[in-house]
Amino acid sequence: MNIAYSTELICFLVLSAVIVSGSLAVVLLENIVYSAFLLGGVFLAVAGLYLLLNASFVAAAQILVYVGAVNVLILFAIMLVNKKEKLKPIEGLKTRKIISSGVCGGLLILLLRVSISTKWNLPGPPSIGEEATERIGEHLFTDYLLPFELASILLLMAMIGAIVLARRDISIQTDYINDFRNTKSLSDKKTPLLSENSLK
Amino acid sequence: MNSGIDLEMSFTQGVQNLGLSHELAHLLWIPLPMLLVLVSAVIGVLVTVWLERKISAAAQQRIGPEYAGALGILQPMADGLKLLVKEDIIPARADSALFTVGPILVLVPVILSWLIVPFGQNLLISNVGIGIFLWIALSSIQPIGLLMSGYSSNNKYSLLGGLRAAAQSISYEIPLALAVLAIVMMSNSLSTVDIVEQQNTAGFLSWNIWRQPVGFIIFWICALAECERLPFDLPEAEEELVAGYQTEYAGMKFALFYLAGYINLVLSALLVSVLYLGGWGFPISIDWFSSLIGLSIDNPLVQIFAASLGIVMTILKAYLLVFLAILLRWTTPRVRIDQLLDLGWKFLLPISLVNLLVTASLKLAFPMTFGG
Repeated sequence: MNIAYSTELICFLVLSAVIVSGSLAVVLLENIVYSAFLLGGVFLAVAGLYLLLNASFVAAAQILVYVGAVNVLILFAIMLVNKKEKLKPIEGLKTRKIISSGVCGGLLILLLRVSISTKWNLPGPPSIGEEATERIGEHLFTDYLLPFELASILLLMAMIGAIVLARRDISIQTDYINDFRNTKSLSDKKTPLLSENSLK
Repeated sequence: MNSGIDLEMSFTQGVQNLGLSHELAHLLWIPLPMLLVLVSAVIGVLVTVWLERKISAAAQQRIGPEYAGALGILQPMADGLKLLVKEDIIPARADSALFTVGPILVLVPVILSWLIVPFGQNLLISNVGIGIFLWIALSSIQPIGLLMSGYSSNNKYSLLGGLRAAAQSISYEIPLALAVLAIVMMSNSLSTVDIVEQQNTAGFLSWNIWRQPVGFIIFWICALAECERLPFDLPEAEEELVAGYQTEYAGMKFALFYLAGYINLVLSALLVSVLYLGGWGFPISIDWFSSLIGLSIDNPLVQIFAASLGIVMTILKAYLLVFLAILLRWTTPRVRIDQLLDLGWKFLLPISLVNLLVTASLKLAFPMTFGG
């Protein structure tokens, strides 16, 4: 056993432990903010696995897309709406938990069985390492052109939808807020809320 | 082009001659450049802090730090020591785990990004193929640390500062990446070494700034916004938010934010010089210069001279940009949050898309000058 191999093995074991325990914590923790932060950690660990497989471009893309965009957006959403309120106790929470853990356990056993019974072709094809970026570009613009364009159209649609949603005309009368003639009492000078107006 | 000095090769060969295996020699080599770069990054920060204090003093017609060392050059060291021995306070209602991890998550990606900064042909930690893309990916981790520290401080100003920082860095990352993409398209490579090599064919005339003037300005504005420097320092706007996400921090944890900010500034300046100002290249081509003296480019003396000149040039260019950033900080007012987002989404984003399009068409039309 040489140094390179043992380093790789240790890295793999540590990353796998982080991924498994992290994703369990994401699902099981009560505090949603912790879950969101741990999700970022799990994404980072997955990027580490890609690095171990010599796929540095995929690893960087994983960090950029999942950690930098998806996870930050999740955190944003949580922090903007995070109200500390007592949730109503749900009926039959215990049986629900038992059922869902049964379903998840069954799925796990199924996947384990598949992964054990499949004949993996080992060792796989040699990794192309640094050339990967060029090869990904080549494939995107030749044999995967249609899925690539379809994904772009989907993103464009989402973007236009977001713009349409954000640009709903809201008319806030400035004189109502400024109230130069001082006709209203201080408590009446409330800015109309964005949501009240936009829902009309 | 010549291959330049390869310190790694000579080191591993030297260790192997002592009777150690190749792998062990490589293992011994790995920490050395990392340590060197870490130390130089911290020294770079100390110099920048001193410059900041001196230049701000000059801008306000004061003298600035004077008594600690000659011209107050030891002042940043004293500041650092003070922060190091200060009491580490965690607010009572704060979330202590997230409160501690936040500053670390802000600092580590910035330091990791130094991996790709080249000071010469082989004078960088690792010439990874994805090069500049690694920096863009790593810098996208930072907002999570900022959100984390803003949230865990349990302070409304901190939370607002953290949210502002994350919003700002997301909006300015896109034009930044598009500006980098135009450069990458011209040099056909993501690697920082290739990007510099491609600019050093004819001295300063072949620098990317002449071919990408718009990209240069976009990149500089976005880099300033990512570093939260003054026209864009909304996350810590002291008149509105006390100190933003750093409000509750003290001692070494505060110093980590401070360090991350300045390391990021120096890093951005270095990357501007790598992407647009020819990196380690001297304004006059070294090949031409050595042939003038009559020495071969492979002469060891010329090689050592060229390597040290490369390091000096990289640092000189970077610090000229740092000087510009400091001057901007002390002479410009802060923009409002709506102006900031307008500038990012309605101005820089379309301009950088147009810049990319124009670069692509110029590359098709003039493959010789725009790297076909």
